[in-house]
Amino acid sequence: MSVPVTERVVYDGTPEGTVELAGTWRDPPGLMGSLSAINHKTIGRRFIVTTMGFFAAGGILAALMRLQLMRPENDLIGMDLYNQLFSMHGTTMMFLFAVPVMQAVAIYLVPLMIGARTVAFPRMNAFAYWIFLFGGLMIYGAFFLNTGPDAGWFGYAPLTESEYSPGKRIDFWAQMITFTEVSALLEAIVIITTIFKLRAPGMTLNRMPLYVWAMLVTSFMVLFAMPAVMLASTGLITDRLVNTHFYRSGEGGDPVLWQHLFWFFGHPEVYLIFIPGLGFLSAIIETFSRRPIFGYPAMVLALIATAFLAFGLWVHHMFTANLPELGKTFFTAASLLIAIPTAIQIFCWIATLWKGRLNFRTPLLFVLAFFFILLMGGLTGLMLASVSLDLQVHDTYFVVAHLHYVLLGGAVFPLFGAIYYWFPKYTGRLMDERLGQWNFWLFFIGFNVAFFPMHLLGLYGMPRRVYTYPADMGWGTMNLISTLGAVLIAISMLLFLINVVRSWRKGTSAANDPWSGGTLEWSIASPPPAHNFDVIPVVHARYPLWEALKTPDHVVGLAANHREQLITSVIDAQPDYRGSFPDPSIWPFISAVAVSILFIGSIYTPWAVVWASIPVSIALIAWFWPRKKETEEDLAVEKSP
Amino acid sequence: MIQRTTSENSAALDVAELPSFAFGHRSPMWWGTMGMIAIEGTVFVLAIMSYFYLYSHSTSWPMTTPAPELLWGTLNTAIMLASYIPNHFAKKAALRLDLSGVRLWLVICMLFSVAFLTVRVFEFTSLNVRWDTDAYGSIVWMLLGLHTLHLLTDAVDSLVLTVLMFTGPLEGKRFVDVSENCMYWNFVVGSWVIIYAVLYWSPRF
Repeated sequence: MSVPVTERVVYDGTPEGTVELAGTWRDPPGLMGSLSAINHKTIGRRFIVTTMGFFAAGGILAALMRLQLMRPENDLIGMDLYNQLFSMHGTTMMFLFAVPVMQAVAIYLVPLMIGARTVAFPRMNAFAYWIFLFGGLMIYGAFFLNTGPDAGWFGYAPLTESEYSPGKRIDFWAQMITFTEVSALLEAIVIITTIFKLRAPGMTLNRMPLYVWAMLVTSFMVLFAMPAVMLASTGLITDRLVNTHFYRSGEGGDPVLWQHLFWFFGHPEVYLIFIPGLGFLSAIIETFSRRPIFGYPAMVLALIATAFLAFGLWVHHMFTANLPELGKTFFTAASLLIAIPTAIQIFCWIATLWKGRLNFRTPLLFVLAFFFILLMGGLTGLMLASVSLDLQVHDTYFVVAHLHYVLLGGAVFPLFGAIYYWFPKYTGRLMDERLGQWNFWLFFIGFNVAFFPMHLLGLYGMPRRVYTYPADMGWGTMNLISTLGAVLIAISMLLFLINVVRSWRKGTSAANDPWSGGTLEWSIASPPPAHNFDVIPVVHARYPLWEALKTPDHVVGLAANHREQLITSVIDAQPDYRGSFPDPSIWPFISAVAVSILFIGSIYTPWAVVWASIPVSIALIAWFWPRKKETEEDLAVEKSP
Repeated sequence: MIQRTTSENSAALDVAELPSFAFGHRSPMWWGTMGMIAIEGTVFVLAIMSYFYLYSHSTSWPMTTPAPELLWGTLNTAIMLASYIPNHFAKKAALRLDLSGVRLWLVICMLFSVAFLTVRVFEFTSLNVRWDTDAYGSIVWMLLGLHTLHLLTDAVDSLVLTVLMFTGPLEGKRFVDVSENCMYWNFVVGSWVIIYAVLYWSPRF
């Protein structure tokens, strides 16, 4: 192009214009370019692959545990390693997989579903990814050096205090929390702001896809839940490193304070894993039953109600701690109450499916499995909400069965459905249907074979977190069955991996809209170009692709040679102004490296917080400091309000 | 499939004449800053809850030491409340896109930063308790430490912004940055008033 870079060129709809627009939003090439990348699809893709990698790692740890428990008095894995295995498994699945994978998918999908070219704060988005990656690599590095955490994924004090857990194992665990929660909190801000300010004109809150609603609600929950665990783990690490006494009863502290802070985060955590799953469900059900969702307002209100109630349940994890009886009664009531919004959504989905013309492909199978598995998990949840029953089965395999039914049924099965559903959008190719069916059935059957016996093992009194058990307890057969189920799951995961790799390379090509979906992401090419939308659509309905065209149907007047994104109003998505978005930058990556040095250094000396804050400050200032060229470009398109 | 053309026709919504930046909740920067305030506010609330949790489980409060001395903390509260004034005028100047006004009031804000960070050092020396004395000492240092971290980061943020307003490169949206920075400043000062009441007055009742 012969135009000077500072001159504003409005996109004209010609093929040359489209090429220029894509060039404007593309990440730079080369190694430096890939470390500087900020396009939400690049970051989202990396984030998804990383979290699925941690899912695989956590799964391998689980398989090792199942091998050890396969028969009584097994000596395959010793006590110390077993303690690390279950701690790392829980930590991986909760902190490195379940929440981040949901945010990762949202980072990729939300802009496509709301008609945006980018996420809000694309550099912060990149920073959050790097911080997450470094935190995950740190804890696995520590684990491979025999410094893996060994006190459970919830790190109860006083077991985690330095008197009972000397060495650095728990310190690495506590800093892993800091890494992952910083990442999750920043991503929550990115997602909320993207949804509130970057929607295509006309996409009022009342027309937003339910998946986007689910991520909005989830992100708000993150803002108020995650600070609790950061504060808790900071108190723990200062107890261990500089001799504070938050959780030491001898000096006036209280271990139950840890439990309160941890579960004030930990219970909402369950719902912020589960609610994105509900969003996947809504998206898949409406497409595969080929009709709009039944009861949209009720669905949205149920999501919001679930989020509020989720903050009133944490004490039901602490029924065996010494707490006032009245308090326990309140939390029992709240725990039963939260079944109501979930039931409302389930009935709305059933109504949608009932009136729809069903298309039984793999994504829908995973969704239907949700109804069965989550219902089981929900019913055992209602049982656990009763104090008297909870006292009997607390810390037994009954709880292990319950939580896996809830989390796999509520989040992992919908997630797999979502991967099959949106894979063509990510890659331009469909996943293989036959392998998909095998993947589904082996996973579904294997899951029930592995986890159903655990209900009974718990009722027979088998405690959690034991590395072995005597033969005369009579738990051997059911443990063997459970391990066989785990083998089936492992085979199904292998099939999934083969399916992903094969389909990515030579699967059937997908058009823009292989499933005849109704939401905006299906209106653009698969995979989407760097700028997502050649022209930003104007939205007039909840399912723009299922409705007749209305005018105006698209936006004109945005630049082709400048990262310009239309900013709209929060509720009604009225066009407000043309925001200038930042160029790719290496500084988020360097900042993440500097912050990692600070976090890891502080495990060894509190002074790291002081000296490492210097490189952190330098990197953050360099990140913020505007470049002359970028400012000139912005000035060329500037117009004061 | 929707066919879209981009020639000048009635089907298009033309946004070329819209402004290129805006203040307040119209700007994503405002939402980002509010998100940070929500997170950090939650941390403060939970730390204060922990303070009273430990308080409620202890027979005496402070546990073994005298309460913090009032002088420096009260002085610092006065300084921070007074800093609201230049901060307010810096924001007003930003909304008017008045560069010289922004420069003037930001420099005055920086003088206040120096003042309250200096007095903060004296606050730490007059707490009458160390972090490792007992659980009371731990939570007091945690609260004051958390707030000091906010004072420090806010001072550095504001300093960088002040220097930028003198050296450039400048564009309109930097005034939005100034305005959001002022909002964050109000949060840091406002949260202090509550933490001050907790740290200095609750052990006296």
